[in-house]
Amino acid sequence: MFDVDQLRQDFPILHTETRPGVPLVYLDSAASSQKPTAVIEAMNHYYRAQHANVHRGIHHLSEEATNAYEGARERIARFINAPDPATTIYVSNTTEAINLVAFSWGRANITTGDEILLTEMEHHANIVPWQMLAQEKGAIVRYLPFNEDGTLDLEQLSRFLTEKTKVFAFTAMSNVFGTITPVKQLVAAAHAVGAIAVVDGAQSVPHMPVDVQDLDCDFLAFSGHKMCGPTGIGTLYGKRELLEAMPPFMGGGDMIRRVTLEGSTWNELPWKFEAGTPNIAEGVGLGAAVDYLDDIGMDAIHAYEQYITGYALEALSEVKGLRLLGPNAAQKGGTATFTLAGMHPHDIAQLVDEDGIAIRAGHHCAMPLHHKLGINASARASFYLYSLPQEIDKLVASLERAKGVFRLGI
Amino acid sequence: MSSDMYREQIIDLYEHPLNYGELESPDFSYEEDNPLCGDVVRIDVRLDDSGRVADVRWSGEGCAISQASASLLTEEIKGLTLEELQAFDKDTLLEMIGVPLSMARVKCALLSLKVLKAGAYHLPEPDVLRGDQSG
Repeated sequence: MFDVDQLRQDFPILHTETRPGVPLVYLDSAASSQKPTAVIEAMNHYYRAQHANVHRGIHHLSEEATNAYEGARERIARFINAPDPATTIYVSNTTEAINLVAFSWGRANITTGDEILLTEMEHHANIVPWQMLAQEKGAIVRYLPFNEDGTLDLEQLSRFLTEKTKVFAFTAMSNVFGTITPVKQLVAAAHAVGAIAVVDGAQSVPHMPVDVQDLDCDFLAFSGHKMCGPTGIGTLYGKRELLEAMPPFMGGGDMIRRVTLEGSTWNELPWKFEAGTPNIAEGVGLGAAVDYLDDIGMDAIHAYEQYITGYALEALSEVKGLRLLGPNAAQKGGTATFTLAGMHPHDIAQLVDEDGIAIRAGHHCAMPLHHKLGINASARASFYLYSLPQEIDKLVASLERAKGVFRLGI
Repeated sequence: MSSDMYREQIIDLYEHPLNYGELESPDFSYEEDNPLCGDVVRIDVRLDDSGRVADVRWSGEGCAISQASASLLTEEIKGLTLEELQAFDKDTLLEMIGVPLSMARVKCALLSLKVLKAGAYHLPEPDVLRGDQSG
């Protein structure tokens, strides 16, 4: 295990106050994580000393920028054990990664009557692109249900995943329940019926070891900003044979080999999918983020989050009127999502904010999930490698204060 | 620690809303939600022969701010004409709520007014005419 107090020194923002005398308690890392100095400095250094456009120049700086940007890609590829950096495409975020697959692979491979299988607990980013594809192609979107405890209903899997299914896209870790899904098993089940498996790793990649070769997934999407990296950068991993067969996503500079007035030919991987000047500094920043996480170790980070989540679930279950959503700590990542009888989640978030505590309130981009639970919204506290048990104690105390304001019994 | 945004009146209205319910045959009825937080407000309005608000009910669910706002607004608009509804100023409602609101919560506070105005503008033509004649 690592020393959390010492590690917190790496994150300048964790030592700020939301108002004079009210220190920040940041419990919203599932929405976006904070950044260590190493990442901020890597981006600063890039802009101060290395910046030029990439892949174009003959000059020294362009070469330096290209090395920084492509070097980061190599480290990101290693981080998820991709067989080859060419199979890790830079995108802006998970949303763009899934849109890329739905647009490029989907348009080339989905036809009328085909089925696209999702789950009922997907983030909108893993629902809407598929609905758009289905609408265009006359395909059918189906949803694997979840159980009352927020785990997937695997008993129904064979009913939903059939010969008609062409793609099974699912989250590796629910952003609401925190549920860690059995990715390897789901990928194998998809392959058994001839479907490809698309994994939404937005919540899993930042919080636990992920090995795409071991999982055997066809695509994996994740965002940099949830894993100590900057906003505006993320990664789509894809199997080489699939990526090679796919048409480009966006057209423009950098993604072509040759352009004539009659037509164009495409660049090789990964650049075929990276049109235009990319987010270079952000790529460099994400490279620094995976270095930072690697130094600590993803196994250690996952173990610590299991501990802190267990602590949180136990402490929150002591709050009268509070209902926790999702499975027990052993089956989930660092989130505690809840409702509080007699208080709307927005009011909860507002009142704990007065104590400097940042939590998320709303539907967390998962409206179908909340609809099934019969609620409009929930409140979510989420944790990362820098979260402290004392911060959870503060949240519990603040929730009791909030209940007082709403004249709810303690 | 102060809870400026949750003064007594807001909590009172959250617990005991005014004009809560639905009307049997409203002249107009409109519902909208705030997708960000899941607040829902529906407003039913019945006009009298002179085109003024004779009765109004609201229903829905959501945070204390959006719900208290709906109570305050429906209380305020009784007797107003359609044009007056359409011209109702958002600052008037914010003043009535009377607590400092963060930017994100202003949306909650103004949801009821948005619903009311959408309803007032979407009124079928004969009803609009009736409203006009009264003015």
